[in-house]
This record gives sequence, structure tokens and C-alpha cells, in this order.
Amino acid sequence: MASLKALRARITSVKSTRKITQAMKMVAAAKLRRAQNQAEAARPYAERMERMLASLGASVAGSPDAPKLLVGSGQDKVHLLVVVTGDRGLAGAFNTNVGRLARARIRELEAAGKTVKVLAVGRKGAAFLKREFASRISGEISLAGKKRVEFGDAQEIAARITAMLDAGEFDVCTLVYNRFRSVISQVPSAQQLIPTLLPETGAVAPSGAQALYEYEPSEEEILATLLPQNLAIQVYRAMLENAAGFFGSQMTAMDNATRNAGEMINKLTLNYNRTRQANITRELIEIISGAEAV
Amino acid sequence: MATFQFELVSPQKLLLSRAVEMAVLPAAEGEMGVLPGHAPMIVALRGGIIAVTEGGQVTERLFVAGGFAEVTPGRCTVLADEATPVAQLSRAAAETRVRDAEAAYTAAAMDTPEKRDVTMARLLSARAMVQAAEAA
Repeated sequence: MASLKALRARITSVKSTRKITQAMKMVAAAKLRRAQNQAEAARPYAERMERMLASLGASVAGSPDAPKLLVGSGQDKVHLLVVVTGDRGLAGAFNTNVGRLARARIRELEAAGKTVKVLAVGRKGAAFLKREFASRISGEISLAGKKRVEFGDAQEIAARITAMLDAGEFDVCTLVYNRFRSVISQVPSAQQLIPTLLPETGAVAPSGAQALYEYEPSEEEILATLLPQNLAIQVYRAMLENAAGFFGSQMTAMDNATRNAGEMINKLTLNYNRTRQANITRELIEIISGAEAV
Repeated sequence: MATFQFELVSPQKLLLSRAVEMAVLPAAEGEMGVLPGHAPMIVALRGGIIAVTEGGQVTERLFVAGGFAEVTPGRCTVLADEATPVAQLSRAAAETRVRDAEAAYTAAAMDTPEKRDVTMARLLSARAMVQAAEAA
């Protein structure tokens, strides 16, 4: 049995750990609220962008000179996975879940004979995938040290993806990230970016209704600026959901850690008291048997 | 006077959503006034000021750095890359932006007309921002 001194030291150390996890939980909760607000504020733009793209895309998609960003390169050989994860750990299985989905995806694609490239946004995802797929990683973007997700960052990433597409480095681009369903539930999901999946316009709006719009300047020119913007907004949304999900997950993880530390302290304190009593009893027996011997 | 639903959104937030009488947009090919019952249109915007009229008076003036607008008879939605109320514009920030844009313009590879257009649009939008800041 451990000595009293050792037990005391362990209790203090677990207590200070509990203080840290508790503080981290509070910080995560505050940051979560901010990230959630930011994610909600970005939603109207994304929704309206989708609506505009639906009417524009439907009228252009059929033509042979439709932009690459919309229809892809027409091939299905090289896949680019954009994996969005957090930059830091201590958030439960948050980063691992995305990493696992990406890994399954890479294996599946490679089994089907395709080439896979990975663009990792966030340090943890890059670290996770490097172990197994170091040769597939074609880029790594870290946002460590940034207080909040800025649209400019998403635009940079989108510009990088566009440049890769123009250089013919990939045919299909998929975004892998944690979808923020609620504070306690984040779902790792994959979303295809290029070729753009047009939102279902439904059978109610036949192509005739779409053609009613007038375009100024031409449809192609608007599409040429709208598509990169759409790509950026998709990446931005994924990054925001990732940030919100990260803090949600961290909050849950830290809450659990705090609770576990409390349990541990209780057990150790019980142990400590038992040992203390045992020592007293032993000393008493020694004194009594000593007195009897006299 | 008749009104229509006007919405101004940037990637950061929904800035404006209400019924207005008229909105003047800085369309890529010239200023464009939108009144209720306008023909359906999708236009690209350049950097400039959106002026919103309610009750016969201009009630809101916002600077946008570019974007798109979708106009239907009962609704006008502006998707701005960036939007700031004119009163909150800072001249210093606008001037820094012009300098950055000028630097980018001189440094940019002029090998394709598309690239030139992009940097040119950025410069023009920055200049429009300075003008808007001065006017405020």
C-alpha cells in the first residue's frame, strides 16, 4: 500500500488537474457560443448563394464550355480530399473521427484504382493522416493562433483549390469535415465540392422558369466569379462548423475529465483515510503489546 | 409608395432585411436603381455604395466591395463580398487597402487577361472605398 505522503501528493496533483480541466471547459463553452453565433451569421449568405447558383447553374451546366469549377474536368481519376480538423487536441474523439472517415475514404478510393491527394486544413488531421498516407499529402494549412475563423482564410484555401484544378492536378474534390449537429453531437461527413452538386431545383420549376433571369454582364462572366465565391463559402462553412464542433467536443471532453478527476479524488481520499486509520491502529497495538510485556 | 423586400448579406452576417422603396446598386456596368416590380435579373456588382430609399429619403448607405445581386419583382438580394455602413468606413483603412491593391497590381503576373481583371477589380474597389470614406 502506498505511503501516506505519496497518497497526499497524488490527491493534490489530481486536484490541480481538475482545476485545469474545469477552466478549459469554461473557456470552451464561451468560445463555443461565439463560434456558434458566427456559424449562424454565415448561414443566410450560403443559402442565398445556393439559390442563385441553382438558377444560374441549371442554365449553363448543359453547354460544352461550362466552367471547370462547375462540371469538373470530366474525368474521375485523381481525387482531392480537403480534410478540415482542429489545430489542437484535448477534444475527445473530434479530430480522430474526421481522420478515420478520411482514412476509410482514401482506402476505398485507392482500392478502386484512383489516385488520392490530401489537403489538410488544421494540424491534427495532417498529423493523423501523415502516419499512413504521408506521400498523398499535397498541402497542409494550419490556422493555429487565430482567434476566429476569417472569411479571408477560406478564400485563400479556395484559391489554392482553384489553382490546383486549373493546373489539372485533380478531377474530383471532396470536403471532409465534422458537421455540427449539436453541442454534444458532431457528425464527420464528406461533401463533394467539384464538380459542383447543384441543389435540386425540383420538378416544379421547369427549365423555362430559370431562363427568365436577365444577366448583366453575361451568364458566363457572373458564373466565373460566383463559382470561386461559392467554393470559398463552402470551405468557410466547413471551417466554422469545425470550429463550433471542436469547442463543443472539447467542452464535453473536459466535462467528463472533470467528473473523472472528482471520482478519482474521492477514491484516493478514502484510501488515504483508511491507510491513516490502519497506521494509528498499528501504533496502538504496538504500544499496548509493549506495555504488556513489561 | 410600393415597397419590395431588400436583403443585404455578407459572408459574415445578414446586414439588412426589410421592405424598402428603392435601392441603388453599383452594378458592374453602371449604377442601377431597383424599384418594386423590377424584371428578374442577376447582376455582378463592383465596389461602390448601395443607397436604400425609404419614405422618400435615403435611409441607408452601405459600401460593398463587390458581389452579386438577384432581383425579382418582389425581392432584391445582394450577396456582398464585404459590406460596411458608410459611416463606419475609415479613411486610413481604405488608403492602406489602395496601397495593397496597387502593390498587388504592379506585382501581379499580367500573363492572362483574367488575372489582370481580378487585380484591376480589386484596385478599383479599393479606390471606391476611399471615395466613399471621404464622402462620409
